[in-house]
Amino acid sequence: MPHYVLVVKEECETCQLIIPVIRQLVENAEVEILSQDNPAFPPDVPVTDDTELARSFAYRIETVPTLIRFDSDNEAERVEGWDRKVWQGLTNMDLGDNLPAFRPGCGSRTQDPGMPEKLAVKFGKPLVSRPIEIADAEDDIESCFDRGWSDGLPVVPPTAIRVMRMLAGTRRDPAEMIGNVPPDYAPCSIEKIAINAVMAGCKPEYLPVVIAAVEAALQDEFCMHGLLATTYFSGPMIVVNGPVARAIGMNARGNALGQGNRANATIGRALQLVIRNVGGGKPGGVDRAALGNPGKYTYCFAEDETNSCWESLAVENGFSPAASTVTLFAADGMQGMVDQKSRTPESLSGSFAASLRVVSHPKLVLGADVFIVISPEHERVFRLAGWTKARFKEELHRLLMIPGEQLIRGAGGIEEGIPVSLKDKVLPKFRDGGLNVVRAGGSAGLFSAIIAGWGASGSIGSSPVTREITI
Amino acid sequence: MTTLLMDPTSEQSPARREPLPRPESLSGKTVGLLDISKPRGNIFLDRIEDLLGQQGIKTRRYTKPTFTRIAPVELKQQIATECDLVVEALAD
Repeated sequence: MPHYVLVVKEECETCQLIIPVIRQLVENAEVEILSQDNPAFPPDVPVTDDTELARSFAYRIETVPTLIRFDSDNEAERVEGWDRKVWQGLTNMDLGDNLPAFRPGCGSRTQDPGMPEKLAVKFGKPLVSRPIEIADAEDDIESCFDRGWSDGLPVVPPTAIRVMRMLAGTRRDPAEMIGNVPPDYAPCSIEKIAINAVMAGCKPEYLPVVIAAVEAALQDEFCMHGLLATTYFSGPMIVVNGPVARAIGMNARGNALGQGNRANATIGRALQLVIRNVGGGKPGGVDRAALGNPGKYTYCFAEDETNSCWESLAVENGFSPAASTVTLFAADGMQGMVDQKSRTPESLSGSFAASLRVVSHPKLVLGADVFIVISPEHERVFRLAGWTKARFKEELHRLLMIPGEQLIRGAGGIEEGIPVSLKDKVLPKFRDGGLNVVRAGGSAGLFSAIIAGWGASGSIGSSPVTREITI
Repeated sequence: MTTLLMDPTSEQSPARREPLPRPESLSGKTVGLLDISKPRGNIFLDRIEDLLGQQGIKTRRYTKPTFTRIAPVELKQQIATECDLVVEALAD
Protein backbone atom coordinates (compact mmCIF):
# COMPACT_ATOMS: atom_id res chain seq x y z
CA MET A 1 0.00 0.00 0.00
CA PRO A 2 1.37 3.39 -0.88
CA HIS A 3 1.23 6.12 1.67
CA TYR A 4 1.55 9.86 1.25
CA VAL A 5 3.07 12.93 2.85
CA LEU A 6 1.52 16.28 2.00
CA VAL A 7 3.30 19.50 3.03
CA VAL A 8 1.21 22.66 3.24
CA LYS A 9 1.06 26.08 4.86
CA GLU A 10 -2.03 28.11 5.64
CA GLU A 11 -0.52 31.26 4.14
CA CYS A 12 -0.51 29.63 0.68
CA GLU A 13 -3.62 30.27 -1.43
CA THR A 14 -3.11 27.11 -3.44
CA CYS A 15 -3.05 25.10 -0.20
CA GLN A 16 -6.35 26.80 0.78
CA LEU A 17 -7.80 26.03 -2.63
CA ILE A 18 -7.18 22.30 -2.39
CA ILE A 19 -8.77 21.75 1.05
CA PRO A 20 -11.60 19.64 -0.49
CA VAL A 21 -9.02 17.43 -2.22
CA ILE A 22 -7.07 17.09 1.04
CA ARG A 23 -10.25 15.86 2.81
CA GLN A 24 -10.87 13.36 0.01
CA LEU A 25 -7.27 12.12 0.34
CA VAL A 26 -7.51 11.76 4.13
CA GLU A 27 -10.75 9.75 3.79
CA ASN A 28 -9.40 7.40 1.15
CA ALA A 29 -5.68 6.94 1.70
CA GLU A 30 -3.00 6.81 4.32
CA VAL A 31 -1.72 10.39 4.28
CA GLU A 32 0.22 12.46 6.78
CA ILE A 33 -0.24 16.20 6.48
CA LEU A 34 2.59 18.45 7.60
CA SER A 35 1.71 22.08 8.27
CA GLN A 36 4.53 24.57 8.13
CA ASP A 37 2.75 27.49 9.82
CA ASN A 38 -0.54 26.65 11.55
CA PRO A 39 -0.97 23.18 13.09
CA ALA A 40 -4.76 23.73 12.89
CA PHE A 41 -4.57 23.99 9.10
CA PRO A 42 -6.14 22.40 7.13
CA PRO A 43 -9.19 22.36 9.46
CA ASP A 44 -10.90 19.17 10.52
CA VAL A 45 -8.18 16.74 9.45
CA PRO A 46 -5.30 15.28 11.45
CA VAL A 47 -2.25 17.49 11.03
CA THR A 48 1.38 17.05 12.09
CA ASP A 49 2.95 20.25 13.43
CA ASP A 50 6.01 21.04 11.32
CA THR A 51 6.35 24.68 12.29
CA GLU A 52 9.96 23.86 13.29
CA LEU A 53 10.41 22.67 9.67
CA ALA A 54 12.45 19.60 10.61
CA ARG A 55 10.43 17.29 8.37
CA SER A 56 10.15 19.82 5.54
CA PHE A 57 13.95 20.20 5.64
CA ALA A 58 14.45 16.44 5.64
CA TYR A 59 12.20 16.08 2.58
CA ARG A 60 13.94 19.05 0.88
CA ILE A 61 10.61 20.77 0.30
CA GLU A 62 10.89 23.86 -1.93
CA THR A 63 7.24 24.50 -2.75
CA VAL A 64 3.91 24.04 -0.96
CA PRO A 65 1.79 22.10 -1.48
CA THR A 66 4.10 19.17 -2.17
CA LEU A 67 2.58 15.70 -2.27
CA ILE A 68 4.99 12.79 -1.97
CA ARG A 69 4.02 9.17 -2.59
CA PHE A 70 5.97 6.48 -0.76
CA ASP A 71 5.99 2.87 -1.86
CA SER A 72 6.99 0.99 1.29
CA ASP A 73 9.59 3.36 2.83
CA ASN A 74 10.98 4.85 -0.34
CA GLU A 75 9.88 8.00 -2.03
CA ALA A 76 8.40 7.03 -5.39
CA GLU A 77 7.16 10.32 -6.79
CA ARG A 78 6.33 13.88 -5.80
CA VAL A 79 4.32 16.74 -7.22
CA GLU A 80 4.67 20.42 -6.38
CA GLY A 81 1.76 22.86 -6.58
CA TRP A 82 -1.69 21.78 -7.76
CA ASP A 83 -1.97 19.96 -11.06
CA ARG A 84 -5.11 17.81 -11.20
CA LYS A 85 -3.85 15.42 -13.85
CA VAL A 86 -0.55 14.77 -12.09
CA TRP A 87 -2.23 14.46 -8.66
CA GLN A 88 -4.73 11.98 -10.07
CA GLY A 89 -1.91 9.95 -11.59
CA LEU A 90 0.05 10.02 -8.36
CA THR A 91 -2.90 9.08 -6.10
CA ASN A 92 -4.76 6.90 -8.56
CA MET A 93 -7.97 8.70 -7.52
CA ASP A 94 -10.60 10.67 -9.36
CA LEU A 95 -10.26 14.09 -7.74
CA GLY A 96 -13.32 15.63 -9.46
CA ASP A 97 -13.37 18.76 -11.57
CA ASN A 98 -14.50 21.42 -9.11
CA LEU A 99 -11.05 22.95 -8.91
CA PRO A 100 -9.11 24.66 -11.67
CA ALA A 101 -6.86 22.25 -13.54
CA PHE A 102 -3.65 23.94 -12.41
CA ARG A 103 -2.39 26.37 -9.81
CA PRO A 104 1.31 26.90 -9.03
CA GLY A 105 2.30 26.48 -5.40
CA CYS A 106 3.96 28.96 -3.04
CA GLY A 107 7.47 29.00 -1.62
CA SER A 108 8.10 26.56 1.21
CA ARG A 109 9.01 28.26 4.50
CA THR A 110 12.28 26.34 4.32
CA GLN A 111 13.23 28.70 1.48
CA ASP A 112 12.56 31.96 3.37
CA PRO A 113 15.55 34.34 3.36
CA GLY A 114 18.16 33.16 5.85
CA MET A 115 16.18 29.98 6.59
CA PRO A 116 18.15 27.34 4.63
CA GLU A 117 21.35 27.92 6.59
CA LYS A 118 19.49 28.13 9.92
CA LEU A 119 17.84 24.78 9.19
CA ALA A 120 21.13 23.33 8.00
CA VAL A 121 22.73 24.24 11.35
CA LYS A 122 19.73 22.84 13.27
CA PHE A 123 18.83 19.71 11.34
CA GLY A 124 21.55 19.16 8.72
CA LYS A 125 24.79 17.28 8.75
CA PRO A 126 26.74 19.02 11.52
CA LEU A 127 29.92 20.95 10.91
CA VAL A 128 32.89 19.07 12.28
CA SER A 129 35.23 21.98 12.96
CA ARG A 130 35.87 22.79 16.59
CA PRO A 131 33.57 25.51 17.97
CA ILE A 132 35.47 28.26 19.75
CA GLU A 133 33.59 30.01 22.52
CA ILE A 134 33.74 33.80 22.56
CA ALA A 135 32.73 35.28 25.90
CA ASP A 136 30.01 37.88 26.26
CA ALA A 137 32.44 40.66 27.03
CA GLU A 138 34.63 39.89 24.03
CA ASP A 139 34.23 41.60 20.69
CA ASP A 140 34.06 38.81 18.15
CA ILE A 141 36.14 40.59 15.49
CA GLU A 142 38.79 41.50 18.07
CA SER A 143 38.78 37.86 19.21
CA CYS A 144 39.64 36.75 15.68
CA PHE A 145 42.62 39.13 15.74
CA ASP A 146 43.68 37.89 19.17
CA ARG A 147 43.61 34.28 18.05
CA GLY A 148 45.89 35.05 15.13
CA TRP A 149 43.28 34.28 12.45
CA SER A 150 43.58 37.60 10.65
CA ASP A 151 45.94 38.82 7.95
CA GLY A 152 45.96 42.19 9.70
CA LEU A 153 42.57 43.39 8.48
CA PRO A 154 39.26 42.63 10.20
CA VAL A 155 37.74 39.27 9.30
CA VAL A 156 34.07 38.30 9.30
CA PRO A 157 33.54 36.13 12.41
CA PRO A 158 32.87 32.58 11.14
CA THR A 159 29.65 31.59 12.89
CA ALA A 160 28.08 28.24 12.03
CA ILE A 161 25.24 29.94 10.17
CA ARG A 162 27.65 31.94 8.01
CA VAL A 163 29.67 28.81 7.27
CA MET A 164 26.52 26.86 6.33
CA ARG A 165 25.47 29.71 4.04
CA MET A 166 28.93 29.66 2.44
CA LEU A 167 28.77 25.89 1.93
CA ALA A 168 25.56 26.33 -0.06
CA GLY A 169 27.83 27.78 -2.77
CA THR A 170 29.19 24.36 -3.66
CA ARG A 171 27.73 20.91 -4.22
CA ARG A 172 30.81 19.32 -2.74
CA ASP A 173 30.70 17.48 0.56
CA PRO A 174 31.99 19.69 3.40
CA ALA A 175 33.91 16.67 4.70
CA GLU A 176 35.76 16.12 1.43
CA MET A 177 39.51 16.43 2.00
CA ILE A 178 41.29 18.24 -0.78
CA GLY A 179 44.88 17.91 0.35
CA ASN A 180 47.44 19.02 2.90
CA VAL A 181 48.21 22.70 3.21
CA PRO A 182 51.81 23.77 3.77
CA PRO A 183 53.78 24.64 5.75
CA ASP A 184 52.25 22.40 8.44
CA TYR A 185 50.82 20.07 5.77
CA ALA A 186 47.58 20.11 7.71
CA PRO A 187 44.67 18.29 6.07
CA CYS A 188 42.17 20.67 4.54
CA SER A 189 38.48 19.99 4.03
CA ILE A 190 35.93 21.92 1.98
CA GLU A 191 34.51 23.00 5.35
CA LYS A 192 37.81 24.60 6.43
CA ILE A 193 37.98 26.46 3.11
CA ALA A 194 34.42 27.65 3.64
CA ILE A 195 35.26 28.95 7.14
CA ASN A 196 38.20 30.94 5.80
CA ALA A 197 36.11 32.17 2.86
CA VAL A 198 33.58 33.52 5.37
CA MET A 199 36.35 35.33 7.21
CA ALA A 200 37.71 36.78 3.97
CA GLY A 201 34.28 38.24 3.18
CA CYS A 202 33.38 35.97 0.25
CA LYS A 203 29.87 35.40 -1.01
CA PRO A 204 28.83 31.72 -1.29
CA GLU A 205 28.95 31.94 -5.08
CA TYR A 206 32.70 32.68 -4.87
CA LEU A 207 33.41 29.47 -2.93
CA PRO A 208 34.00 27.22 -5.98
CA VAL A 209 36.64 29.69 -7.19
CA VAL A 210 38.35 29.69 -3.80
CA ILE A 211 38.29 25.88 -3.67
CA ALA A 212 39.85 25.66 -7.14
CA ALA A 213 42.51 28.18 -6.10
CA VAL A 214 43.39 26.15 -2.99
CA GLU A 215 43.52 22.97 -5.08
CA ALA A 216 45.84 24.69 -7.56
CA ALA A 217 48.05 25.95 -4.73
CA LEU A 218 48.42 22.39 -3.45
CA GLN A 219 49.69 21.03 -6.78
CA ASP A 220 53.30 20.00 -6.42
CA GLU A 221 54.45 22.10 -9.40
CA PHE A 222 53.13 25.25 -7.74
CA CYS A 223 55.51 24.69 -4.81
CA MET A 224 53.42 26.58 -2.25
CA HIS A 225 55.67 25.57 0.64
CA GLY A 226 58.77 27.08 -0.92
CA LEU A 227 56.84 30.10 -2.12
CA LEU A 228 55.69 30.77 1.43
CA ALA A 229 59.05 30.11 3.02
CA THR A 230 61.19 32.13 0.60
CA THR A 231 62.78 35.44 1.52
CA TYR A 232 61.66 36.59 -1.96
CA PHE A 233 58.76 38.99 -2.53
CA SER A 234 56.31 36.57 -4.10
CA GLY A 235 52.95 35.19 -3.12
CA PRO A 236 50.15 33.44 -4.99
CA MET A 237 48.30 35.50 -7.62
CA ILE A 238 45.02 34.24 -9.06
CA VAL A 239 43.86 34.89 -12.63
CA VAL A 240 40.27 33.83 -13.29
CA ASN A 241 39.13 32.90 -16.80
CA GLY A 242 35.82 31.87 -18.30
CA PRO A 243 32.14 32.54 -17.66
CA VAL A 244 32.39 32.40 -13.85
CA ALA A 245 34.28 35.69 -13.78
CA ARG A 246 31.33 37.63 -15.16
CA ALA A 247 28.78 35.46 -13.38
CA ILE A 248 30.12 36.43 -9.95
CA GLY A 249 30.87 40.02 -10.92
CA MET A 250 34.66 39.99 -10.97
CA ASN A 251 36.48 43.03 -12.27
CA ALA A 252 38.61 42.55 -15.37
CA ARG A 253 38.42 46.18 -16.48
CA GLY A 254 39.21 49.56 -14.95
CA ASN A 255 41.36 49.14 -11.83
CA ALA A 256 41.36 45.34 -12.29
CA LEU A 257 44.52 45.07 -10.19
CA GLY A 258 43.27 47.56 -7.63
CA GLN A 259 40.77 47.79 -4.83
CA GLY A 260 37.00 47.99 -4.75
CA ASN A 261 35.62 44.74 -6.20
CA ARG A 262 34.36 42.28 -3.61
CA ALA A 263 35.00 39.10 -5.61
CA ASN A 264 38.53 40.08 -6.64
CA ALA A 265 39.36 41.23 -3.13
CA THR A 266 37.93 38.38 -1.12
CA ILE A 267 38.82 35.38 -3.30
CA GLY A 268 42.51 36.26 -3.20
CA ARG A 269 42.28 36.94 0.50
CA ALA A 270 40.53 33.63 1.21
CA LEU A 271 43.41 31.70 -0.36
CA GLN A 272 45.89 33.57 1.83
CA LEU A 273 43.78 32.92 4.95
CA VAL A 274 43.65 29.17 4.18
CA ILE A 275 47.44 29.13 4.00
CA ARG A 276 47.70 31.15 7.19
CA ASN A 277 45.09 29.35 9.27
CA VAL A 278 44.95 25.79 7.96
CA GLY A 279 48.57 25.61 6.84
CA GLY A 280 49.96 27.69 9.69
CA GLY A 281 51.96 29.89 7.31
CA LYS A 282 52.60 33.20 9.01
CA PRO A 283 55.07 36.04 8.53
CA GLY A 284 57.91 35.69 10.96
CA GLY A 285 57.16 31.96 11.16
CA VAL A 286 57.73 29.90 8.05
CA ASP A 287 56.99 32.94 5.86
CA ARG A 288 60.48 34.45 5.74
CA ALA A 289 59.83 37.19 3.17
CA ALA A 290 62.33 40.03 3.42
CA LEU A 291 59.76 42.53 2.16
CA GLY A 292 56.78 40.61 0.78
CA ASN A 293 54.43 42.57 -1.43
CA PRO A 294 50.99 44.16 -0.99
CA GLY A 295 49.50 41.34 -3.08
CA LYS A 296 50.03 39.02 -0.15
CA TYR A 297 46.83 40.44 1.33
CA THR A 298 44.96 39.56 -1.83
CA TYR A 299 45.97 39.21 -5.49
CA CYS A 300 43.16 38.18 -7.78
CA PHE A 301 41.64 39.48 -10.98
CA ALA A 302 39.84 38.21 -14.06
CA GLU A 303 41.09 38.27 -17.62
CA ASP A 304 38.96 40.47 -19.88
CA GLU A 305 38.02 38.04 -22.63
CA THR A 306 35.33 40.23 -24.17
CA ASN A 307 36.30 41.45 -27.65
CA SER A 308 39.85 40.29 -27.19
CA CYS A 309 41.58 39.45 -30.44
CA TRP A 310 43.70 36.92 -28.58
CA GLU A 311 42.87 33.55 -27.04
CA SER A 312 42.66 33.66 -23.28
CA LEU A 313 45.26 32.31 -20.88
CA ALA A 314 43.01 29.31 -20.14
CA VAL A 315 42.54 28.49 -23.83
CA GLU A 316 46.30 28.74 -24.35
CA ASN A 317 46.62 26.20 -21.54
CA GLY A 318 44.31 23.77 -23.30
CA PHE A 319 40.93 24.57 -21.71
CA SER A 320 37.70 25.23 -23.60
CA PRO A 321 36.51 28.87 -23.77
CA ALA A 322 33.38 27.60 -22.00
CA ALA A 323 35.39 26.35 -19.04
CA SER A 324 35.97 28.47 -15.96
CA THR A 325 39.46 28.25 -14.54
CA VAL A 326 41.87 29.69 -12.03
CA THR A 327 45.53 30.10 -12.82
CA LEU A 328 47.93 30.58 -9.94
CA PHE A 329 51.20 32.37 -10.38
CA ALA A 330 53.95 32.99 -7.82
CA ALA A 331 53.87 36.75 -8.22
CA ASP A 332 55.76 39.80 -7.04
CA GLY A 333 54.23 43.23 -7.08
CA MET A 334 53.45 45.10 -10.28
CA GLN A 335 55.67 47.24 -12.45
CA GLY A 336 54.02 49.76 -14.78
CA MET A 337 54.85 49.73 -18.51
CA VAL A 338 54.13 53.11 -20.03
CA ASP A 339 54.18 53.61 -23.81
CA GLN A 340 51.87 56.30 -25.13
CA LYS A 341 53.60 56.83 -28.47
CA SER A 342 54.01 53.43 -30.17
CA ARG A 343 51.46 52.69 -32.88
CA THR A 344 53.25 49.72 -34.46
CA PRO A 345 53.62 46.28 -32.91
CA GLU A 346 57.37 46.39 -33.51
CA SER A 347 57.80 49.59 -31.51
CA LEU A 348 55.46 48.50 -28.73
CA SER A 349 57.15 45.09 -28.49
CA GLY A 350 60.43 46.95 -28.11
CA SER A 351 59.02 48.89 -25.18
CA PHE A 352 57.78 45.72 -23.53
CA ALA A 353 61.11 43.97 -24.07
CA ALA A 354 63.10 46.86 -22.60
CA SER A 355 60.84 46.91 -19.54
CA LEU A 356 60.93 43.12 -19.18
CA ARG A 357 64.69 43.19 -19.24
CA VAL A 358 64.74 44.57 -15.69
CA VAL A 359 62.64 41.78 -14.15
CA SER A 360 64.57 40.67 -11.01
CA HIS A 361 67.66 42.49 -12.27
CA PRO A 362 68.76 43.58 -15.77
CA LYS A 363 71.65 41.14 -15.57
CA LEU A 364 69.73 38.09 -14.35
CA VAL A 365 68.14 35.64 -16.80
CA LEU A 366 66.20 32.38 -16.74
CA GLY A 367 65.12 32.92 -13.13
CA ALA A 368 61.69 34.48 -12.75
CA ASP A 369 58.70 33.89 -15.01
CA VAL A 370 56.53 36.86 -15.86
CA PHE A 371 52.93 37.84 -16.54
CA ILE A 372 52.18 40.77 -18.82
CA VAL A 373 48.75 42.25 -18.14
CA ILE A 374 48.12 44.02 -21.41
CA SER A 375 45.57 46.82 -21.48
CA PRO A 376 42.97 47.04 -24.24
CA GLU A 377 44.63 50.14 -25.74
CA HIS A 378 47.98 48.40 -26.01
CA GLU A 379 46.34 45.22 -27.31
CA ARG A 380 44.66 47.30 -30.04
CA VAL A 381 48.04 48.10 -31.56
CA PHE A 382 48.61 44.38 -32.12
CA ARG A 383 45.03 43.77 -33.21
CA LEU A 384 45.18 46.46 -35.92
CA ALA A 385 48.42 44.98 -37.23
CA GLY A 386 47.01 41.44 -37.19
CA TRP A 387 49.54 40.05 -34.74
CA THR A 388 48.65 36.87 -32.89
CA LYS A 389 49.56 36.43 -29.24
CA ALA A 390 52.07 33.79 -30.28
CA ARG A 391 53.76 36.26 -32.62
CA PHE A 392 53.94 38.87 -29.87
CA LYS A 393 55.57 36.33 -27.54
CA GLU A 394 58.02 35.24 -30.26
CA GLU A 395 59.00 38.85 -30.87
CA LEU A 396 59.60 39.41 -27.15
CA HIS A 397 61.65 36.23 -27.00
CA ARG A 398 63.77 37.44 -29.95
CA LEU A 399 64.26 40.88 -28.41
CA LEU A 400 65.18 39.35 -25.07
CA MET A 401 68.05 37.17 -26.29
CA ILE A 402 70.90 38.81 -24.43
CA PRO A 403 74.65 38.40 -25.07
CA GLY A 404 76.37 36.81 -22.11
CA GLU A 405 79.02 39.51 -22.05
CA GLN A 406 76.37 42.01 -20.91
CA LEU A 407 75.22 39.68 -18.15
CA ILE A 408 78.36 38.27 -16.57
CA ARG A 409 79.54 39.21 -13.12
CA GLY A 410 81.37 42.48 -13.28
CA ALA A 411 79.86 43.60 -16.60
CA GLY A 412 78.85 47.27 -16.44
CA GLY A 413 80.79 47.58 -13.20
CA ILE A 414 78.09 45.54 -11.41
CA GLU A 415 79.03 42.44 -9.46
CA GLU A 416 75.60 40.85 -9.79
CA GLY A 417 75.31 38.69 -12.89
CA ILE A 418 75.76 35.25 -14.38
CA PRO A 419 78.96 33.18 -14.24
CA VAL A 420 81.80 34.53 -16.38
CA SER A 421 82.02 31.14 -18.14
CA LEU A 422 78.79 32.05 -19.99
CA LYS A 423 80.37 35.15 -21.57
CA ASP A 424 80.17 33.88 -25.14
CA LYS A 425 76.61 32.52 -24.92
CA VAL A 426 73.46 34.35 -25.94
CA LEU A 427 70.79 33.70 -23.32
CA PRO A 428 67.02 34.22 -23.22
CA LYS A 429 65.66 36.39 -20.42
CA PHE A 430 62.85 33.92 -19.71
CA ARG A 431 62.67 30.14 -19.77
CA ASP A 432 60.47 28.44 -22.38
CA GLY A 433 56.85 29.06 -21.42
CA GLY A 434 57.89 31.55 -18.76
CA LEU A 435 56.34 34.54 -20.50
CA ASN A 436 52.57 34.83 -20.11
CA VAL A 437 50.13 37.40 -21.45
CA VAL A 438 46.64 38.19 -20.15
CA ARG A 439 44.36 41.07 -21.05
CA ALA A 440 42.72 43.31 -18.48
CA GLY A 441 42.22 46.95 -17.69
CA GLY A 442 40.12 50.00 -18.45
CA SER A 443 39.35 51.18 -21.96
CA ALA A 444 41.54 54.26 -21.65
CA GLY A 445 45.23 54.26 -20.82
CA LEU A 446 48.23 53.18 -22.87
CA PHE A 447 49.62 51.42 -19.81
CA SER A 448 50.19 47.75 -19.19
CA ALA A 449 51.45 45.87 -16.19
CA ILE A 450 54.46 43.61 -15.78
CA ILE A 451 54.12 41.17 -12.92
CA ALA A 452 57.39 39.41 -12.25
CA GLY A 453 57.47 36.04 -10.59
CA TRP A 454 59.49 34.24 -7.97
CA GLY A 455 63.16 33.98 -8.89
CA ALA A 456 62.84 30.21 -8.65
CA SER A 457 60.65 29.16 -11.57
CA GLY A 458 59.91 25.85 -13.28
CA SER A 459 61.22 22.60 -11.89
CA ILE A 460 63.46 24.28 -9.32
CA GLY A 461 60.62 26.35 -7.93
CA SER A 462 57.10 27.25 -9.01
CA SER A 463 55.29 26.90 -12.32
CA PRO A 464 51.92 28.53 -13.01
CA VAL A 465 49.09 26.06 -12.43
CA THR A 466 45.68 26.20 -14.11
CA ARG A 467 42.72 24.32 -12.70
CA GLU A 468 39.09 24.10 -13.75
CA ILE A 469 36.44 25.44 -11.40
CA THR A 470 33.53 23.12 -10.64
CA ILE A 471 30.43 23.98 -8.65
CA MET B 1 24.92 34.88 25.21
CA THR B 2 28.27 33.54 24.15
CA THR B 3 29.11 33.39 20.48
CA LEU B 4 30.44 30.23 18.90
CA LEU B 5 32.88 30.62 16.02
CA MET B 6 34.00 27.76 13.81
CA ASP B 7 37.73 27.18 14.13
CA PRO B 8 39.41 28.14 10.83
CA THR B 9 42.71 26.48 11.76
CA SER B 10 44.11 22.98 11.68
CA GLU B 11 43.12 22.74 15.37
CA GLN B 12 46.60 21.90 16.52
CA SER B 13 46.60 24.51 19.28
CA PRO B 14 44.32 24.61 22.34
CA ALA B 15 40.89 26.18 21.92
CA ARG B 16 41.50 28.37 24.95
CA ARG B 17 44.10 31.04 24.49
CA GLU B 18 47.16 30.63 26.65
CA PRO B 19 48.77 33.60 28.40
CA LEU B 20 51.99 34.81 26.81
CA PRO B 21 54.92 32.64 27.90
CA ARG B 22 56.67 33.88 31.05
CA PRO B 23 60.31 34.82 30.57
CA GLU B 24 62.68 32.12 31.78
CA SER B 25 65.12 34.68 33.11
CA LEU B 26 65.21 38.43 33.64
CA SER B 27 68.83 38.61 32.62
CA GLY B 28 69.41 41.32 30.06
CA LYS B 29 65.74 42.38 30.13
CA THR B 30 64.29 45.75 30.96
CA VAL B 31 61.50 45.63 33.53
CA GLY B 32 58.87 48.36 33.56
CA LEU B 33 57.45 49.29 36.97
CA LEU B 34 54.00 50.79 36.57
CA ASP B 35 52.49 52.71 39.44
CA ILE B 36 48.76 52.94 38.88
CA SER B 37 48.58 55.92 41.25
CA LYS B 38 47.05 54.13 44.17
CA PRO B 39 48.40 55.13 47.59
CA ARG B 40 51.62 53.37 48.60
CA GLY B 41 52.06 51.73 45.21
CA ASN B 42 55.32 53.65 45.00
CA ILE B 43 56.58 51.98 48.19
CA PHE B 44 55.93 48.54 46.74
CA LEU B 45 57.62 49.47 43.48
CA ASP B 46 60.60 51.10 45.26
CA ARG B 47 61.24 47.77 46.95
CA ILE B 48 60.88 45.79 43.71
CA GLU B 49 63.21 48.24 41.98
CA ASP B 50 65.72 47.84 44.77
CA LEU B 51 65.58 44.02 44.61
CA LEU B 52 65.87 43.93 40.83
CA GLY B 53 68.68 46.46 40.94
CA GLN B 54 70.64 44.19 43.30
CA GLN B 55 70.47 41.52 40.58
CA GLY B 56 71.70 44.01 37.98
CA ILE B 57 68.38 44.11 36.17
CA LYS B 58 67.45 47.34 34.44
CA THR B 59 64.17 48.96 35.47
CA ARG B 60 62.14 51.93 34.28
CA ARG B 61 59.40 53.67 36.27
CA TYR B 62 56.00 54.70 34.89
CA THR B 63 52.90 56.16 36.45
CA LYS B 64 49.31 56.11 35.31
CA PRO B 65 47.58 59.50 35.62
CA THR B 66 44.81 57.90 37.71
CA PHE B 67 43.95 54.44 38.94
CA THR B 68 40.30 55.01 37.98
CA ARG B 69 40.93 54.72 34.28
CA ILE B 70 42.83 52.32 32.09
CA ALA B 71 46.31 53.42 31.08
CA PRO B 72 46.41 55.90 28.18
CA VAL B 73 47.37 54.29 24.86
CA GLU B 74 50.51 56.46 24.64
CA LEU B 75 51.71 55.14 28.01
CA LYS B 76 51.05 51.51 27.03
CA GLN B 77 52.88 52.01 23.77
CA GLN B 78 55.79 53.69 25.55
CA ILE B 79 56.11 50.79 27.99
CA ALA B 80 55.84 48.21 25.17
CA THR B 81 58.56 50.03 23.26
CA GLU B 82 60.95 50.49 26.17
CA CYS B 83 60.49 47.31 28.21
CA ASP B 84 60.43 43.53 27.86
CA LEU B 85 57.99 43.01 30.71
CA VAL B 86 56.12 45.06 33.25
CA VAL B 87 55.22 44.79 36.91
CA GLU B 88 52.08 46.66 37.84
CA ALA B 89 51.55 47.78 41.43
CA LEU B 90 47.99 47.32 42.63
CA ALA B 91 48.86 48.25 46.22
CA ASP B 92 46.58 50.23 48.51
